[in-house]
Order: sequence, then C-alpha cells, then structure tokens
Amino acid sequence: MSIDNTSLATELDFDTPAAKRLRKFRALKDKSASVGIAFGGISVIVAILLIFFYLLYEVAPLFHSAEIKQWQANGQAAAPYEAPGRGKTLYLTMEEQAEIGLRVTDQGEIIFFDTRTGDILQQQNIPVPAGTEITSFALASDASRIFAVGLSDGKVLAMKHSYKSTYPDGKRVITPFLEFPFGEEPLSVADSAVTELALNGDEEAWRIIASTEQGLALANLSFDENFITGEVETTVDTEALPKLRVPVSKLLLMPDRRWLLIAGNDNKLAVMDLAADGSETTQILDASTGNITGFSLLLGGNSLMVADDNGGISQWFLIRDDKNIWRLKKIRSFEGGTTAINGMSMEHRRKGFATIDTNGSLRLYNSTANRNVLTEQVVTGTASTIALSPRSNALLVEQDNKLSFWLIDNEHPEVSWDALWGEVWYEGYQEPDYTWQSSASTNDFEPKYSLMPLAFGTLKAAFYAMLLATPLAICGAIYTAYFMVPALRRKVKPFIELMEALPTVILGFLAGLWLAPFMETNLTGIFVCLLMIPAAILIFAFAWASMPKHIRYLIPEGWDTAMLIPVIILATFFGLWIADGVEQVLFAGDMREWITTELGINYDQRNALVVGIAMGFAVIPTIFSITEDAIFAVPKHLSYGSLALGATPWQTLVRVVMPTASPGIFSAVMIGMGRAVGETMIVLMATGNTPIMDINIFEGMRTLAANIAVEMPESEVGSTHFRILFLAAFVLFLFTFMVNTLAETIRQHLRKKYGSL
Amino acid sequence: MRVSLKEWTKSGEPWVWLNAGAVAICLIMVVGLLSLIAVRGLGHFWPANIHQADYTENGNTLRMAGELVEIENVPAAQLRESGVNVPEGLEFMQRDLMKIGNRDVGGSDFIWVLDDFMLNRTTPEMMFAAERREWGNFYGYLRSLKENGQVVASHDGYEKNAEYMNVWNKFQASIDRALDLHHQIEEIEKDDIGAINYELERLRLKERSLQLKEVTDQSRYAEIDQRRKELDAEYQSLQQVLLDLYTQINRDTFTAEAAGGQVLEIDVAKVVRAFLPNNMSITDKVLHYFAKIWEFMSADPREANTEGGIFPAIFGTVMMVILMAVMVTPFGVIAAVYLREYAKQGFVTRLIRIAVNNLAGVPSIVYGVFGLGFFVYFLGGHIDDAFFPEAKPAPTFGTPGLMWASLTLALLTVPVVIVATEEGLSRIPRAVREGSLALGATKAETLWKVVLPMASPAMMTGVILAIARAAGEVAPLMLVGVVKLAPSLPLDTNYPYLHLDQKFMHLGFHIYDVGFQSPNVEAARPLVYATALLLVIVIALLNLSAIAIRNHLREKYKALEM
Repeated sequence: MSIDNTSLATELDFDTPAAKRLRKFRALKDKSASVGIAFGGISVIVAILLIFFYLLYEVAPLFHSAEIKQWQANGQAAAPYEAPGRGKTLYLTMEEQAEIGLRVTDQGEIIFFDTRTGDILQQQNIPVPAGTEITSFALASDASRIFAVGLSDGKVLAMKHSYKSTYPDGKRVITPFLEFPFGEEPLSVADSAVTELALNGDEEAWRIIASTEQGLALANLSFDENFITGEVETTVDTEALPKLRVPVSKLLLMPDRRWLLIAGNDNKLAVMDLAADGSETTQILDASTGNITGFSLLLGGNSLMVADDNGGISQWFLIRDDKNIWRLKKIRSFEGGTTAINGMSMEHRRKGFATIDTNGSLRLYNSTANRNVLTEQVVTGTASTIALSPRSNALLVEQDNKLSFWLIDNEHPEVSWDALWGEVWYEGYQEPDYTWQSSASTNDFEPKYSLMPLAFGTLKAAFYAMLLATPLAICGAIYTAYFMVPALRRKVKPFIELMEALPTVILGFLAGLWLAPFMETNLTGIFVCLLMIPAAILIFAFAWASMPKHIRYLIPEGWDTAMLIPVIILATFFGLWIADGVEQVLFAGDMREWITTELGINYDQRNALVVGIAMGFAVIPTIFSITEDAIFAVPKHLSYGSLALGATPWQTLVRVVMPTASPGIFSAVMIGMGRAVGETMIVLMATGNTPIMDINIFEGMRTLAANIAVEMPESEVGSTHFRILFLAAFVLFLFTFMVNTLAETIRQHLRKKYGSL
Repeated sequence: MRVSLKEWTKSGEPWVWLNAGAVAICLIMVVGLLSLIAVRGLGHFWPANIHQADYTENGNTLRMAGELVEIENVPAAQLRESGVNVPEGLEFMQRDLMKIGNRDVGGSDFIWVLDDFMLNRTTPEMMFAAERREWGNFYGYLRSLKENGQVVASHDGYEKNAEYMNVWNKFQASIDRALDLHHQIEEIEKDDIGAINYELERLRLKERSLQLKEVTDQSRYAEIDQRRKELDAEYQSLQQVLLDLYTQINRDTFTAEAAGGQVLEIDVAKVVRAFLPNNMSITDKVLHYFAKIWEFMSADPREANTEGGIFPAIFGTVMMVILMAVMVTPFGVIAAVYLREYAKQGFVTRLIRIAVNNLAGVPSIVYGVFGLGFFVYFLGGHIDDAFFPEAKPAPTFGTPGLMWASLTLALLTVPVVIVATEEGLSRIPRAVREGSLALGATKAETLWKVVLPMASPAMMTGVILAIARAAGEVAPLMLVGVVKLAPSLPLDTNYPYLHLDQKFMHLGFHIYDVGFQSPNVEAARPLVYATALLLVIVIALLNLSAIAIRNHLREKYKALEM
C-alpha cells in the first residue's frame, strides 16, 4: 500500500472558513482570558492594598482641624438677629439639639428663642420680690442646667431650664419650661445685695456662696422629704466666711462643695477651703500676667480655666503637695493670641472650651490634648458673649445686642501627638503620666488616650517572647541544619514547622489556665530548671565524650538530640523535685512571697513570664524554619573548604557558615518579632490586660492588639475612641509591614548572593 | 577515653551539644504540649469512680462524695497560717480537688480538701452520678421513683441488691422515656415553631417593605394577613402539642440521698444520663466513654457551654471555612496567575510580590479591624440601605455575621494561596510551556490545559494551608461575627437555607469564651481541653495533608527538571 503524500498535503487547508472562525474564536478567548486574569489579578491586589488605605481613611479625621460656618438660610449665611429680650445678657445657652436658645438678662427676663431666627418661643420673668433687682448670676454646671440669681436684698433664687420632646404627627417638638429646684421663694443667704454668687451640689445637698459688701456668706441647703406627703422641705443654714484681703470679682464653687475659687480684681486668685472644721483661705496667688477676664470650671468641675486680657489661658487644678496639702496648681497654658480674651464657653460633654478675644477671633481648644483645634475670626470687633451647645456642634455669638448662630464641626479634638504619645497631666493625677483609660461610668470623665502604655506592653511582651524564642530557635536551627543526620532532620523540621500552624488560642488558653497557675506554685522549680537543664546537657556531653570508644560508636554523630531528650526530661523532673528544698533554703519557703516582700516586686499570676513562654512557643517555629533554611542554603563547599583546612565543625560553623547566613538569621528574627508584636489571643488570655508601664517580668501588660480585641466591639462607631483603635491597628500594620519588608528584602538579597556562589 | 575538659571546651563540642539540647527542648515542649492537651481532653470522658469519705477538719466532720480531679502539694506552713490544724513534723500536705457536684445542695460543685483528713474512704457501688440539664452533676443514692407524685418503687439501703437494682432499672426506663419526650419537644420548638417564627418575621418584613414602597393594593396586605392567620393557627396547635408533651415529661420525679444525708426530689426530665460508675465493668466504661465522645461531637452545649457538646461550634467553623475557601481559591489563583504569567516582570511586580508576602505577616487583628470597619459598617451598612430598608433600624448585613467573617478570613489567607500557587507555577519547567506554545496553543490554552493542571497540587497546598490558618484564627473573628452561643445554625431548612447574615459559633472562640468568660471555670476546663484537642487534630491533619501534597509535588517535578 502506498501513501500519496501529495494528496494529503492538498487536503490540509488551513484557511477554510471553519478553521478561520476557530482561530478567531481562540484568539478572542486568549485575549479575553488575559484581560480577565489581568483584571482579576489586579483587583485582588488592589483589594489587599485597600487595607492600608482604608485604615488611613478611618484614622485621618482624628487629625483634621475643626470647622465653623455660619448657619445657612436659603443658601446664604443668615444675618445676625436682634437678641431677644431687654437688658444685658447674664446667661446664654442652648438645649441639646441646639434648636432652642435661652437668654437670661439682668432685667429678670428669661427668653427661650429659636436659635436660627431669634423668634421668641417663650418669655417669662424671674419671680423677683417687688423692690429688688438682680445683682448677680451664677451657673451651677452645664450638666445640671441649674443657675441662680443673687438679688439686691441678699436673697438668692435658683432655677433650672428643662425641655420636653414630644412627637405629634411624627415630628419632634421641643417645649422648654422653667423649674425651681429649691422652690419659687428666694432663699435668704446674706443681708445686703449679692454682688457675686456661686453654687454647686447634687441630689443630697447644695451650697451657695454669696459675696456682699460685708464679705462672703455661705448657705448650706439640705432637703428633707416628708414621708407622708412626699413634699421636699428645704432647710437653709447660713454662716459667714472669713474676710478676704482681695476684692471679689468672680466666685466658683467646686462640685465637692469644699473648694471655693475666688478671682480678684486684677490677676489675683484665691483658694478657700470650706472644710467642715472651719473655713480658711489657703492660697492667694498671681494667676496670670494680665487681668483675669475669664474664670470658669471645666466639665466635671475639677479644673479651673483662667483667661486674661493678654490673651493667656491656663488650666489649674488641685493636687497634693509634698506635705500632703491640697494646692491649686497651674497645669498647662494654652497657645493663643495676645489680644485680651473677653468670652469663654465650656463644652458640655468634653474637656474642651471656646474663647473669643476682643478682635473677634474665636478659638476652640481641648484641654487634655492641649490642642487649639480652630482659630477663626467670627465677628469684627468685640463680642460680648459666646455659648456652645451641649453637643458642641453649634455656637451663639452675641455682639452689640445681636446674635449670630454658627455650626461647628469638631469631632475629635481630644487627639494630638502629645495626647497619644506624650506624657499628659490628667485631672486628679499628681504628675504627668502615660495612661490608657478609654471609658468610665461618669459623663464628665476625661478620656485618657495615651498609646504609650499599649505600645510599651506590646514591646514588653514581644521582648520576653523573643528572649525565650531567639536562642532556642536559632540554636535548634543551627543544629538541625548543620549537625543533625538527614534522616532525623527530615522528621524534625516538618514537626516543628507544624507547630507554626497551632492555633494561638490554644497556646493562650494553656498559658492562662495551666501554665500561669503551674508557674505560681512552681516558680522556684522553673528557675531551677533554667539552670539545671543546660548544666545537665553539658555534664552528659562531657560524660559521653569521656566514654570508651566502643560505646560512643554505638550511636553515630548527629543523633545527639535523641540522646538528650531523656536527659532533659530527667533534669526537669529533678529540678522540680529539688525546687521545694531550694525554696526552703533560699526563699524562706515561698519564692512568690519572697519576691513581693523582699524585692518589693508585684507578682501577678498572669505575667510577662507566662506570656514570654507561651508567645515564645508560638514564635519558635517561625524563627526556626527561616533560620534553618538560611543555614542549610549556605553552599556546602564553603564549609568543606574550612573543614579541609583543619577547623573543627564548630569553628567552621561560627567563622564560615554563620557569617554567610547571618542576614537570613536576622530576617528570621525580624519576622518572628513581627509575629510576636501582632499576636492577640495569647496576650489576651495570658495577661491581666492592665495597661501599665512596668518592665517587671512578674507583672502583666496590655498590648495594642489585645486592646483592640477587648475594646473594639463596644466602641461607638465613628467616635474618637473607635478611630484611635483604628490608629492602633494602623500602627501595628505599619510596624509589622515595615519589619517584614526589611526582612524580605534581606532574604531576597541573600538569595541572590548565594546564587552567585 | 580520657579527654581533658579544656580541650573538649576548646573544640566547641559543648556548644554543639547545647544546640542539640535546644532542638531537644523544642521537641519536648511540642510533644509535651500535645500530650497535655490529649490527656486532659480525652480523660474527661472516662467515667471516674466516685469516692465517699468522712472529711474531718478542725473537729467538724462532713460526709462527702465526688470524683477526684486534681492533686497538689501545699506547704504545711501555709496551711498552719490559715488556721488548719496540721500535725507536727509535716512539711507538705496533699490537697485534692474533688468534684462533689450537687450544686443545688452545697452551692459549689468543686472543693479542695486535704487528703490526710479524709477517713473511711469507700467507693460505694450503688452511688450514682446523674448529668443534669441544670445545677451540674448529682451524686448520691437512689431512693425512690415517683409517677405523678405516687411512689412507684423505692429502696432504702446502701448495698447492691435486687431491690435497689429494680428501682434503678425503673429509673433508667423513666430517663429513656423523658429523653425521648425531650427530643420531641426540642424538635417542635426548634424546627416547627422556629420555622413559623421565621416566616412570621419574613411576613413582617414583607409588609414593612410594601409600606415603604407605598403600595396601596390592599389585596397584597390581605394576603400577608391571611398567611399570618394560618401561621398563628398552626402555632396554636403546636403549642397545644407542646403543652401535652410538657405535662407528660414532667410526670416522673425521683428522690435521691446525697452523701451528706440530704434527700432531694428531682425531675427525671432534668436528667440527661445516670450511671453507677463504681459498678461499671471495663466494657461498660468504654462504651460510656465513646457515648460521651459522641455526645461531645454531636450535641448542643448545655449550662452556659460548660457541659454537653460543641456541635454548633464545629458546624460554624466548618461553614465559615468552606465559604472562605470558596472565595479565596479563585481569587488567590487568579492573582497568582496574573503575577506570574501575565504581569510584566519588573520592579513593580517585585514590589507587589513583597507586599503580598508581607501581608501574610500582618497581625490578624488588623484584618479584623478592617473587616469590622470596611465590610461590616461600610459595605454592610450600604447593602442594608439598598436592599433591606424594611428591616431597619435592625441591621441585616450591617452587623457582624458569617459572610463578613469568611470574607475577612479570605482576605487574611489570600496571600497564602497566592504565594503557594506562584511557587507551584514557577516550578513548572519552561520547556513544558514552550512545547505547548510551539504546537500552536494560545497562551490561555497553555495555561488552562497544561500549566494549571500541573500547578494544581500547589494550589491545593495553598488552599489547605489557608484553611488550616483560617480554622485556628480567632482574634479577627471576635470582631466580625463570632458569638458565644448562636440560637440557630447558619444552615437550616428555612428559605434561603444559608443565612449569611447570621452570627455563628467557632471552635477557637469557644475555647476562649468557655475558658475565660465562663462563670464555672473548673467545670468547663476539661471541655475546653477536649475542644482544643479537636481543633489541634483538625489543623494538624490539614497541615499534614498539605505537606504530603507538597512533597508529592516536589517528587513529581524532580523528574521534569532533569
């Protein structure tokens, strides 16, 4: 049979329409595959990189400045309106939603008005007895909404502005009304006109301080509820206070009702202790360089803010001095202008405040962060009064009897570089400190957002973990890569690498529930074992070296590890066994007790040592695996050369192999460190999670990661706290990313270097 | 052979030995940890003997019975300080942790006692242990069995005899009957009533959605009302059945005498299982042991997760991991193929490769934070606005849930898949690719028919490693969807069957929660060890299979590389 080659060739037509179609289709498929894969691939990579940008996006608002703009009506800034009511403003404030304003005038008028238009919603007169007039005014606190007026006959009348929300037809309607917490009848406090007034108190008792021409008078209010009628009876006890050498221009009473702060006529500031066993003036000091123009208590009433006519603003609070005596101390001053400040308004929910100077520049501050979040000229010339709304999102400015309404966007004033990373002098603290305390039960709490204790805790945990893991992992890797017989190496390496996959929640659980109590009872044993094990290894090794040859040759070289396992186990048991005796001899029977009493070191059950061991355990496989790879990858001919020249294996290792592999080992340590820094569950479970800054190995810590896990679920979305937790995550991300990149670059470099050898 | 210490030190031998010691220590630690978990986890299910003894401390005598849980030595000095009358000359005393159960009698079910003060120790054959649905275990002697308050059988002795066994057998029968009823009740409550409630909720949402869309067609509202009435009727009838079952299940009670002599009357319905551990043969014990293990794997948790099984946690973990694998596999492979086969190999690609590599080292909690902020609040919030306005203000996807958890973990593990797949792709010899291209195949065809099949074991390795990592990860899940007790499984018979918006239980979180947030840590601890053991086994198996596949792959291409 013959094959006709020529005819076959003619039959194969590559350009039939069908073949063409197929080719086109295949080309199209190819094209679409490459487009599709490129699109898919790039989008996955973008999605991964999105993490970085999203974290940044959540963190960024923390560092934005505040913004203020005038209320817009019909697309343009609303013109200032006539201040409702007659007389000079004594008090200006707003209700929660900033829809209704309240103005109290020295003519005794109380006017509730629409903050946007100035329309009067409700107007009443203070029920002043005939023939008397209002001579002074005092606000107890923004939160209580209680204020009082002093009258020319020495009497005082307290009032409270309240609001009720109703929803007829699904729309919110706020109705303002006035209450008289101590009755509508003015209380008699002094004999002559009250020129200055201060009051403060809580549900149980109130105290009113009135300044008259005769001096200061004090009135204690106590309430007795009649059990039958339920009526509350108010009893007033008055007493005179010691004379003051300074004239009184402003009075403030702190919420504990013990400390009276008095501003003099110029820059003098006096502190009076109204203790039960007799009142006395404890301090008279120069509060500022200029005359005091602003004198208010910050939210919570523990800090005094003093502003002067040189533009200086300072914060003061009471701390105990060396002799354990309370002293008012200047804590910080705020950056401002040099123009006289003539108005201050405190925020109702945060430790912040606003000031306005005689040029009409408005400044917003936060006291904890010592941050000036906004400086903006809101009026030209002098504004007489400013008032922040309870949510600090609106501001009323009064100038020449005209009011203007402003909206403020000031979400995160509590955050500044200093507040996050520096030492901050918090209210009630004896000295500046690094503190993390993000929430508390009271509303007037000062949030303490110092990331330092957390960063410190993170590094502390990582340090102790690395202290355990680095030597064990590197030494282990050296032996495995260089001395161990291949048969054993093939088993040991995957086994240890398998441990890398061990869920850390298991390590954390064992550390917290097994290791921590075990260590507490066997503390001496642990330390004895630390000494005992290396000693046992060396003794055994020397004994082995001294053995007759025929015994030594029974086990080939490279099996040392297998021989050592029983040795180490025995040494551990022996160590634990003699530990009790050692404890009796050295530590009077109880090492824990001894540490606390003799060394003065606190001992927590879940401490850094426990974390170090547990997290070291988690990090060992990482370091071990990379180090082992690095050492094993060192070309064999290098060590053969060295051995041939007569160096011992150990000398070859130290002088030849290790230097070559050192970048790899370094990168292994870095990657291990990255893992230790970001580890969450172990620290969460094996420490007490207290954010303290103490290097002590027997105390716990709180790390950034654990802090996120603890606080994130209960943090309010979009709040400063929420964003700071994002910042913590971002810091962790950046840190590990940089450490890993460094390690990775070194490794790639190393790989290239070996390639050339 | 004599060696001088000096020479031996000089040769560096000690260092070598210390290095060998380091490996040994690592190995001992690993093995020790695994055996600790295994022993404690598996030991829990063994029916331990109940010891009875008279405990005398400072003149007070108390008869107690319980299981021995733990032993420790306490310095005598410490005991003397706390006012215990320790005999002279003793330095240490043995202290035992006894599980005495009977929380409804004594208040706490674990006590520490001094071993030396326990007298008249016995292991009474007729002392029984009952696992209950509330108040933990009960230990005592069976006294009588009552039906509707009427005594059916009773016995007063402490010795094994026919009469006692008669009461005991009746008791067992009664328990079996109650368990059966309990099962029926559970079925109705969970499945039938659960389905009705679910549909009612859906109807409410449907109605609300009609209102929101301002549909005025009354017939559609009527339809909903009609269905609602049907469901209500169905519910009422089920309720009647339930009521019936409840009266039946509450028929029997039994009385038992605790070691201290108190006689208690307990509902049989409260008992899950009762047995006489001191009277069991080895076979019985082994059977009991496996029954307990099966219960652990297949039952729902009881008593704030400290008793019973962990089935929902296993189910939740598996569900989440499967979803994650479904998401991570295609995306990871596509990204790897793009990086290796399509992208121009330049500086940027190298940069991306390093970045992807390093993302595997970014702390998992960071992914959790990202998942919470981006997936849950941002994406979820927008999905709710767009698709579930009727459910507002209750969030549907705008709250942590199964979908977001698996998506977060997919993101966390995608670098693992990318790296493994890329490695696989790079191992395929050029010649193979070029051969295919030379035969006229397009790039896509080469990829699909030649390269990817050869790289598939590498992909498998990557996916398995990703799964192993995801199964053990807890920290991010705490933020994006895990709960300590989920009311229902994320997969059930109610439309749409798979509830991606639901929260779920997870083995790792279960360990954390039960071990650290539980009110009764002593009771919960063995269960946590068992859970940990299960998790370790699952993850070890996953990793071992990944290693096996990788080795197989290496062997396979060794031939090609020649």
